[in-house]
Amino acid sequence: MLGLDKKDALLFLIVVAMVVLAPFILNPFPTDSSLAQFNAGYPDLMQRFLIFGIFAVGFNILFGLTGYLSFGHAAFLGVGSYAGVWMFKLLGMNVLLAIVSSVLMSAVFAVVIGYISLRRSGIYFSILTLAFAQMSYALAYSVLSGITNGETGLQLSHNDPRVLGASVNADGSLPVPNLFGLEMRATETLNIGPWAFDFNAGYYVCAVFMIAGFYLAIRIFRSPFGMMLRAVKSNQQRMHYTGLNTRPYTLAAFVISGMYAGLAGGLMVSMDPLAGAERMLWTRSGEVVLMTILGGAGTLIGPVLGAGFIKYFENIFSKINDNVLHGWFAFMPDGLENAVVWILHPFIGKGWHLTLGILFMLVVIFLPGGLVEGGQRIMGLFRRSPKDGAKQDTEASKHPAE
Amino acid sequence: MSKTNFTRRGVLKTGALTAGGLAMPTILTAASHAGFTNAPSGGTVTLGFNVPQTGAYADEGADELRAYELAVEHLNGGGDGGMLSTFSSKAIDGTGILGKKVEYVTGDTQTNSDAARASARSMIEKDGAIMITGGSSSGVAIAVQGLCQDAGVIFMAGLTHSNDTTGKDKRANGFRHFFNTEMSGRALAPILEANYGSDRKAYHLTADYTWGWSQENSMKTYTEALGWETVNTVLTPVGAGDFSSYITPVAQSGADVLILNHYGGDMVNSLTQAVQFGLRDMQANGKDFTIVVPLFSRLMARGAGENIKGIFGSTNWHWSLQDDASKAFVKSFGTKYGFPPSQAAHTCYVQTLLYADAVTRAGSFNPCAVVEALEGFEFDGLGNGPTLYRAEDHQCFKDVLVVKGKDNPTSEFDLLEIVEITPRDTVTYPVDHPDFQGGSLGSCNAGA
Repeated sequence: MLGLDKKDALLFLIVVAMVVLAPFILNPFPTDSSLAQFNAGYPDLMQRFLIFGIFAVGFNILFGLTGYLSFGHAAFLGVGSYAGVWMFKLLGMNVLLAIVSSVLMSAVFAVVIGYISLRRSGIYFSILTLAFAQMSYALAYSVLSGITNGETGLQLSHNDPRVLGASVNADGSLPVPNLFGLEMRATETLNIGPWAFDFNAGYYVCAVFMIAGFYLAIRIFRSPFGMMLRAVKSNQQRMHYTGLNTRPYTLAAFVISGMYAGLAGGLMVSMDPLAGAERMLWTRSGEVVLMTILGGAGTLIGPVLGAGFIKYFENIFSKINDNVLHGWFAFMPDGLENAVVWILHPFIGKGWHLTLGILFMLVVIFLPGGLVEGGQRIMGLFRRSPKDGAKQDTEASKHPAE
Repeated sequence: MSKTNFTRRGVLKTGALTAGGLAMPTILTAASHAGFTNAPSGGTVTLGFNVPQTGAYADEGADELRAYELAVEHLNGGGDGGMLSTFSSKAIDGTGILGKKVEYVTGDTQTNSDAARASARSMIEKDGAIMITGGSSSGVAIAVQGLCQDAGVIFMAGLTHSNDTTGKDKRANGFRHFFNTEMSGRALAPILEANYGSDRKAYHLTADYTWGWSQENSMKTYTEALGWETVNTVLTPVGAGDFSSYITPVAQSGADVLILNHYGGDMVNSLTQAVQFGLRDMQANGKDFTIVVPLFSRLMARGAGENIKGIFGSTNWHWSLQDDASKAFVKSFGTKYGFPPSQAAHTCYVQTLLYADAVTRAGSFNPCAVVEALEGFEFDGLGNGPTLYRAEDHQCFKDVLVVKGKDNPTSEFDLLEIVEITPRDTVTYPVDHPDFQGGSLGSCNAGA
């Protein structure tokens, strides 16, 4: 189907189903139950899952296939965001304008940064990209604050020109990002018994781009171009000796993955029209590396899982405070309750980084292939017979990087 | 590229599947509009407290959260009622808001616009918060104010001192009780003239974001009006930690006053380093070198310790004020937490009460009704004397305090002494003041 072999088509269909049905999947607990705390099916977080999924899938095309570890991908996310907001300010509130300009602007930046950084490989490449990203951050934060509005972040205002639309609505409010009139923030809530499921227009716009981006990633992974990139990863020197110039291939991969990041930036501002300089900070670049490794670098679905995992922690675990803990352990005797809360306190709320760090260490130590390897091992437990094991091995060698 | 084997059947099948999936939300539509965003149902109402729990302003954030918890306790009829008894409006009676018990959710702004907006969005979308309040940075306040306007909830700004919050970035759904840099400038200038004369050379170190720019601009305007000369202005990144490279050039610049447009942890560090470099023991142009910190708070004073003695600044409120309202607030805050509240805590507590009062007077949680109730609202008994919420820009007008680092503190909290209470009329500026132009309130948004 669609030029995919059976296994990829199945994976693709699973991703499509997960994305389309996410509002149900992510809201498993009734709204009034105490477990509603763990529901993730609200528009903001669902959009973030997809946007960072796109970001990570794009990053994986570079890191997973060529092995070039870019520590500066947040720069493209930021450039895309600023380009998007400027489109809203100058031209109009249609998200397609913003997204197209985001992707193009980040492509331009990626060509320049990639052309220079790809002259080196390994750690030197990482440092070069990190330096570029930090330069972009410093520029956005203070030097170019005329364009980026510095620390406050670039926002819409009442006196933007907006050539293809009104600067201000008739009732004095600012126009909101829309797709030919469909407002990105429009949400329909479906109530079934005690459950409530949110269907958000912006989420499904992200979903279309995510599915398209994921499909493109599969095709790149399975193409001769993708094979060439894998060859770069396994032994670039040997390729040079055979007289092959790998630079065009790596640059193409760099630009493609930069464009994915730009797309993510464009989608971010389409959902919430504000671009802050923090988006370019090295911690953001590091985050996408974490997502990819946590999920499983070089696999198709891994980065998406990693992005979801990290965003879930950031948004759900950070909201658990001591009050909530006291609620959970109220059944214990007072002294014991306080002791348990005291022990758990560093790991919740603003301590979510600590919890995530520990989980990340556990994953890297025990599941070097990331969450995907964990999934494969669990599957393996259920269908392990000598014959199947052998078959799996051959399959694994067919797609070595997966 | 790899071979493509699209079959007509394959394309049709996939197309139909995708289309079906995308049409899902429209098929399963169930309208549940209650007139405005997050209209409270059941016996509770949820407020969202979005404060910095990490970063340079974390101290302020922690104190803000304490004040919010206290305000919620008082609104629900707990504790000693604090300023409820002194507040000139008697609409709130300690049974929650409009009979609904007040609950709250908290979030971390990280003093970062992106994170603050994400946290506010999740409070609105996930937790059903009807009002968002908090923040200890003007950049964050402006970003979150814009978000609340779009989402159709009320934003009661916490500690934000930039002119822009109620100037070029003002929004109909946003309200600010705290004062601003224009008011600081108006209040400080006469005191600076009386103490330091009218022939001074000033050097500005400024936090590089909306508040810093605004503060620097106001201080420049008012000190230059006194006859002072501005030697140089230098922008420093927020949360820089080490300011020594910015302070070293000050001594050689020919300036005799250093104006630190810094706040929170930044101000503690820059002031401490300026003092360690011996700036205050220095002579320049035949005068003693002095330092001015336009926006002061007790939390910062405690952080800076000895170094703040004799330094002038302005503040929104101070716990040593002797009116009944301030005493009542200090007493109930002190009873609960064991130390007096900061100005950040005060403004957050007051904002929560003002919101609850406006809802009660309006008889509705509808943001547009609340906006109407707050606009032009004249009140007293919340610690700042008679106060007006001006309808044209949603800024509160009230007395401003000029304070000085105390020479002989009697306790670890008694660090600032009030030099002057600048009356409300002096700090009131016209709506068409040039520093506040370039934006408009727009109209209130009640959301879906």
